[in-house]
Amino acid sequence: MAAAARGCGGVWCRVWQCGAGGSAPRGQCSVAGSARSAAVPAGKSGLAPWVPVVGLEIHAQISSNSKLFSGSQVQFAAPPNSVVSFFDASLPGTLPVINRRCVEAAVMTGLALNCSINKRSLFDRKHYFYADLPAGYQITQQRVPIAVNGTLSYSLCTDNKMSQMVTKTVRIKQIQLEQDSGKSLHDDTRSQTLVDLNRAGVGLMEVVMEPDMCCGEEAAAAVRELQLILQTLGSSHAVMAEGQLRVDANVSVHHPGEPYGVRTEVKNINSIRFLAKAVDHEIQRQIEELENGGTVLNETRAFDSKLGCTVPMRDKEGKQDYRFMPEPNLPPLILYDTKSLPANMNHQQVVNIDWIHERLPDLPSVKRAKLVEQYGILPEHSFTLLNEDGLTEFFENVVKHTQMKPKKVIGWILNDLLSYLNQHSLTVKESPVSSSILADLLNLLERKEISSTAAKQVLVELWKGEGKTPLEIVKEKKLELIQDQEALEQICQAVIDGQENEVMAIKAGNHKVLNKLIGLVQRRTQGRSNPVLVKQLLEKKLLE
Amino acid sequence: MRVLSVSRWLRGAVRAPSGGPGSPQVPQPGRREREAAPGGSCPRAEKVTVDVLDHLEHLALVDFRDSEGVERLQKAIQFADQLHEVNTDGVEPMDSVLEDRCLYLREDDVTEGNCTKELLKNAKEKVEEYFVAPPGNIPLPKLEE
Repeated sequence: MAAAARGCGGVWCRVWQCGAGGSAPRGQCSVAGSARSAAVPAGKSGLAPWVPVVGLEIHAQISSNSKLFSGSQVQFAAPPNSVVSFFDASLPGTLPVINRRCVEAAVMTGLALNCSINKRSLFDRKHYFYADLPAGYQITQQRVPIAVNGTLSYSLCTDNKMSQMVTKTVRIKQIQLEQDSGKSLHDDTRSQTLVDLNRAGVGLMEVVMEPDMCCGEEAAAAVRELQLILQTLGSSHAVMAEGQLRVDANVSVHHPGEPYGVRTEVKNINSIRFLAKAVDHEIQRQIEELENGGTVLNETRAFDSKLGCTVPMRDKEGKQDYRFMPEPNLPPLILYDTKSLPANMNHQQVVNIDWIHERLPDLPSVKRAKLVEQYGILPEHSFTLLNEDGLTEFFENVVKHTQMKPKKVIGWILNDLLSYLNQHSLTVKESPVSSSILADLLNLLERKEISSTAAKQVLVELWKGEGKTPLEIVKEKKLELIQDQEALEQICQAVIDGQENEVMAIKAGNHKVLNKLIGLVQRRTQGRSNPVLVKQLLEKKLLE
Repeated sequence: MRVLSVSRWLRGAVRAPSGGPGSPQVPQPGRREREAAPGGSCPRAEKVTVDVLDHLEHLALVDFRDSEGVERLQKAIQFADQLHEVNTDGVEPMDSVLEDRCLYLREDDVTEGNCTKELLKNAKEKVEEYFVAPPGNIPLPKLEE
């Protein structure tokens, strides 16, 4: 892929309508220097451009059987307080014991994001009071986290048709292991909070990204790529809807050349789509605030998906002092590689970075490159294939069972299958048309037993999921192409005989009129003639 | 079993394989002054201001209650200030007596949990199987003084 550019250099401008004094149209984000028409350079309107700065803090729940420091189960939607150990409830006399699987998950993720793995990392306590944090502190890694200084590459399409992709990178500041808190259910009517500690103590990887992004689209693309990487590694299922992937955005704006502006933190973002919206809205809000002479407060705001805007969050007034201190109950976490591995150590007590590195699966970027190379499809296509859960397998299955070239198959997968699934909000797994059925259909097309139009008609029937095979539908609806050359010739002759004017025009040199005759033959055969063959026959009759 | 006493520490005794007299982990013997004299003869004695007190009460949820409590706090700070007497230039901070131990790695097996009844036994209030807590974080009233 092309060398990555860091940050989008996106420039937002507000264009005021002359005289109206009303609200102005939205600013536009210009990506990689190519400004869209609506962005007004400084000087023309007198308004200086704004540079938005977006940084992300992402919490990914580690996919493990038990929690980070205790042996209770990690289970979504379990009955309240049923998967809580004495340690999770912070009862006196309990101590943390670290889960090896969580350490490995963090190392895998660090390696996949090109980080340096700290062979010696430390644990700290972050103190704050909240009902769902029974200990009054969270065990995290503030001073020396497990991994630092990585990069994440992601791609954006520069237009809606996905025909031009741009690669960007965002720097990863660090990855740290930390505990999740429990869940609070606020009951405002009875003025109380109900606390469920099932989630308390679950292992999290916090991925801190540097503020290299400039708009909602970039943030969303980066998070999507991280999500795919985590799912490929298996270190986290990263399903945002189940709270396994949580994103907080830090947003600020400033004029080019000036120091960074005050930033706000945006929380409560529940999907990647809302992430883009929340970030863009916050950028817009800050620009409006500053242009109206106001100031941006260093506060935490929540994204309200119903209103589509950010609102100040209660309970977060004032700057927090977390009084970090080393976790006295945990010695440093030591990781090894093949060079530093001591000879007689118990295997179970060793996390070997090199061993893990050797066993990393193909990351999404590698998978995409392989698809492009193996099947000759376009890079944009490989993105779509990986983006939809199960689509790559579907595509590869179809290719395996059909004679049609992958380059042609991909069209049917992306244009026909995928659009149908999206229209009906179905996942690939829920598709009424299986890969083998689609392969059968494409084979009929490839063997020229049906036309491409007929194939689409068959597909419409197949979506009904009535269990009929493509061949059965073709026979039922009489969609087979006429194979009998003589019969076809007769029809062509009949059409020629009935269209004297057109025949004269063709013989005089206007070959475009031939298409009209082909159309007439098609109509007579009810679409069951192969247009290429028809053209050949007509040309033979008229031009020889 | 090793007992860590202040005097041994100051004398630069070896307490870790990598340590030893003159090593960066062991501070040089310092001038150990007398116990904290009442009235604050220590050069760094500062009055605890209302703002600091407010901040501390908010953070730690303690109540210093009256001037006697604040006095005690003042004295405690003075006593702790003795630590500044020790020259720690070039000495690595020690944050855990366990620093030369290996962090034990546990296998990822489910071995605990399923004790809802026991956990809720001590709860003053419960609703179904939830703990009950007051609503959100109630801001503390500001100090007058």
